[in-house]
Amino acid sequence: MPSEHRHIGRETPRPDAADKAAGRAVYIHDMARPGMLCGKIKFCGQAHAKIKRIDTTRAERLPGVKAVLTGYNTPEVRIGFLRDNFAIKKGKVRAHRDEIAAVAAIDPDIAAEAVELIDVEYEPLTAVFDPVEALKDGAPLVHETDPRGRPVRSNLLPLTYRHESGDIAAGRHASKHIVEGEFSTQRVQQCCMGTAGCIAEFDMNHNLTIWAKTQIPFLAQRDFNQALEAMGLTGKNSRVIVPAMGGGFGTGLDTHAYEYIAILLAHFTGRPVKIVYTRDEEFANLSPRQSSGVRIEQGCDENGRLTFRHVEALLDNGAYASWGATYPSVMMLPATSLYRVQNVFFDAKLAYTNNTYCQAMRGYGNPEITWAIESNLDELAERAGIDPFDLRMRNCNEPGETTPMGLKVSTCGLKECLEQTAKMLDWKSKRGRGQRAFRGVGMASLFHVGGSGRIYRSDASGIILKLDDFGNANVYYGGVEMGQGLHSVLTLAVAESLGVLPDRVFINQTDTGTCPWDVGTHASRGAFMACNAAIRASAKARGRIFELAKTIFPAEVAKNPAGRSPMRPGSAARQDQTPPTNETPAKPARDAAEGRVGERPFDVAAAAATGLFDIRDGFVFLKDAPDEPWLKLDLGRLLRAAHFRSGGEMLTVEEFYDPPNELPDWEKGKGNMSATYAYGTQGAEVEVDTETGEVRIIRMVAVHDVGKVLNPQTLKGQMYGALSQGIGFALCENIESENGRILNPNFRDYKVPTAVEMDIPIELAFVETDDKFGPFGSKGVGEPGLVPTAPAIANAIYDAIGVRIRDLPMTPEKVLAALKNKS
Amino acid sequence: MATVEKGRARRRKRPAQGRGARAPSPVCITINGRQHTFLPGRDIAPNMTLAYLLREGVGLTGLKVSCDEGACGACTVLMDGRAVLSCMILAVEAGGHEVTTIEGLPADDPVIEAFAGQCGPGYGTALQCGYCTPGFVMSSVALLGENPSPTLEEVKEALSGNICRCGCYAGIAQAVLHASEKIAARGGAR
Repeated sequence: MPSEHRHIGRETPRPDAADKAAGRAVYIHDMARPGMLCGKIKFCGQAHAKIKRIDTTRAERLPGVKAVLTGYNTPEVRIGFLRDNFAIKKGKVRAHRDEIAAVAAIDPDIAAEAVELIDVEYEPLTAVFDPVEALKDGAPLVHETDPRGRPVRSNLLPLTYRHESGDIAAGRHASKHIVEGEFSTQRVQQCCMGTAGCIAEFDMNHNLTIWAKTQIPFLAQRDFNQALEAMGLTGKNSRVIVPAMGGGFGTGLDTHAYEYIAILLAHFTGRPVKIVYTRDEEFANLSPRQSSGVRIEQGCDENGRLTFRHVEALLDNGAYASWGATYPSVMMLPATSLYRVQNVFFDAKLAYTNNTYCQAMRGYGNPEITWAIESNLDELAERAGIDPFDLRMRNCNEPGETTPMGLKVSTCGLKECLEQTAKMLDWKSKRGRGQRAFRGVGMASLFHVGGSGRIYRSDASGIILKLDDFGNANVYYGGVEMGQGLHSVLTLAVAESLGVLPDRVFINQTDTGTCPWDVGTHASRGAFMACNAAIRASAKARGRIFELAKTIFPAEVAKNPAGRSPMRPGSAARQDQTPPTNETPAKPARDAAEGRVGERPFDVAAAAATGLFDIRDGFVFLKDAPDEPWLKLDLGRLLRAAHFRSGGEMLTVEEFYDPPNELPDWEKGKGNMSATYAYGTQGAEVEVDTETGEVRIIRMVAVHDVGKVLNPQTLKGQMYGALSQGIGFALCENIESENGRILNPNFRDYKVPTAVEMDIPIELAFVETDDKFGPFGSKGVGEPGLVPTAPAIANAIYDAIGVRIRDLPMTPEKVLAALKNKS
Repeated sequence: MATVEKGRARRRKRPAQGRGARAPSPVCITINGRQHTFLPGRDIAPNMTLAYLLREGVGLTGLKVSCDEGACGACTVLMDGRAVLSCMILAVEAGGHEVTTIEGLPADDPVIEAFAGQCGPGYGTALQCGYCTPGFVMSSVALLGENPSPTLEEVKEALSGNICRCGCYAGIAQAVLHASEKIAARGGAR
């Protein structure tokens, strides 16, 4: 690997930028298939009820309706992380959003009308909406049986996330100061601008193709194949294709009932069926981020060293389990490993309720737990009379340590992140209440997986590089570009590691039919995995290219035109456009054997036989003579010479990269989940209007240990985006519900930050720790920007006005109420 | 931003055709410089939105429908040079007007170029998932048509009705300023 990268680390436009800017990217919403029908779902609108009767006759009679499906005329298709959910419900419903029927019709209006014509009679059941109430004896059961039909006694999910290390009692005993607090977070909608949707289509052999908005095409393929099995289509296959995605943010980590319903409708009608959610449907029926309650206790000794941390969390899971039910797996990481603390207890429970069920969103439990840890840490600092910055520095993680959870810290830039944040915030002169009227500064740090995160038996990503006659690298990769810039960094990684120019790299659409397996695009793993896989695949390709060059190179460079560099000025990319069969250079440059490099005679064949080649900008050359224009061979020419000959060959290489990490034992709370870990510190300066309770962010500072910057453009995009969502999480975003019904399912009542709210200077800085496991030294960056945003703002609010908000979002009403309580 | 109608325009495609209904007069809309004629009852329903007509009827899928109630700006197009939310305008209301969608902009439009090429220190890209981008581009084109050299404040104000969930606001604002510079360099013509 050359120390000076040609592409990595440079400001490079995204390969999809031009099409997206011109409105030419094709999303699921823009697609149509011949004969396609429109699918529409009927949601029950009941928190908890028995279905007494469903009458679909009026809907079926409506002209243009091709199918009306209910749980009573379709095979039972079980779905969900714990298989506790059904594509279409029957018997009883457990939440307002439950799907009880679906129609396919020739246009959206008829479909909508048909859904209205379905008559359902319910018998309401007692419902439970509060997770604490749900776990009490005698609470109504959301599920009476487990997926195997065995009766259950409580609403507790059968998932254990527990960690215990050191000795909490001893830690308490050794503490000079102890603080405790309860912190809660709200349900937040991912609000992808492109709503959820899919097109399902069967061929005549009953194999399925589904164009899906998913982050897990291969796990989805498995899920859909199981559904086909349940539908009696034994041995049939699903092919999952991912069109351009209008944002993911975690919504694509599960397969959803609407996808199975589209599959059922497509199979029933024999025609392609498209279901796309409206914004109201997206808000009301697509799972948001979980709400959480965390009780935390931390102590420190007289020197400010952390003595123990005790965390108990309860999450409102809603009516069914998605992958979001594994939030505590990520919560455990910072709970045990953000700052050095030896005596740790962590326990998280999830409760079924009759609320909407929750799923993944950026950060995946980490913002929830960091909200508690970092808010509470400021309280501890105050109790101990230590500056919050100093307290953090004294307990800073260090490279080489193994944390109580068994996480192996290969590199750690937390100290630099803290120092840089303090410097950029002007911490020393600005921190301290009462210095300026209602203004304050605060900071908070984060710890997150940075080298993928093993939550599945395989944590791998495969890649195929198919080199063609023109020197192009065609890439087949199973990870998903959902806007984050995966294809941008993957392009750069292939260009860098193979030795071609980025415009010769073409990333193909993610498709389970053509791409090798990938566990999914989550856990900030996209760039880490794709680039690691690309580097290894490129090394294989280079090895084979150099082997071919041993014989092909001398003959081909002999054809280089006399007196002219094979590289055209200004365009190193495609210097040779001549068709392979017509290669008739006018005159050999010189006899290879007579060639000279500098003043020394140079035997090309002998040099080539060593196999010591390199490739740069698409040209193969000898390491021994890197600067001779007549000794440069276009990669396409070399590949064509290898191809168009008797017994010819073409070059396709594959790599299946599985990172060096472990699937933790969640009951013991141990295991090195990620190959490396990301750190960062964010700071906020705020001004609080004590009349209105409004919090104005004057500026934000974010300093992250990213290992190595791959593309500054996409990195900044990810950071600004995560901060924007973090600010929404901190100050305004909240799914409000009443008895399980969502009250604000639209952008007027659910406030997403816009250009006006985001009119905040955000200063970014990056610490490069050059991680040995990271591709080019880099770590995952997709989620970290969101994680510590809320506690940094809360700590700044405390600095400004002396009140501590413990419940997100920090709305003006809550700030005013807290001020009132204080006085 | 043009004023938008309150209430929701449903995009019902099959109008009720009562006996003896008067033959409706065709609706003529100039779309991207070409005149299109739509027959009410056959091509458009009284409560079909312009967004629906453009996307589903004419195949201009560049504009996006994200909220369908005038709250996110993704469906922004130009009507007689002004930015309008096409999900809040009935197709019949566009009769007699000139509508420009993102497909109607030239390939070298300075705004498109600026959004595609946005880089440089401090701001990040002007797009990530790209779903909101056509709406931002059209809002920016309208702004620069009225005010070729806006200040940063004016840019933010003009784009306050558009949502970018990927959070590219800083890059977007810079792209608009760069487009403004490009327009000036081309002698003021877009």
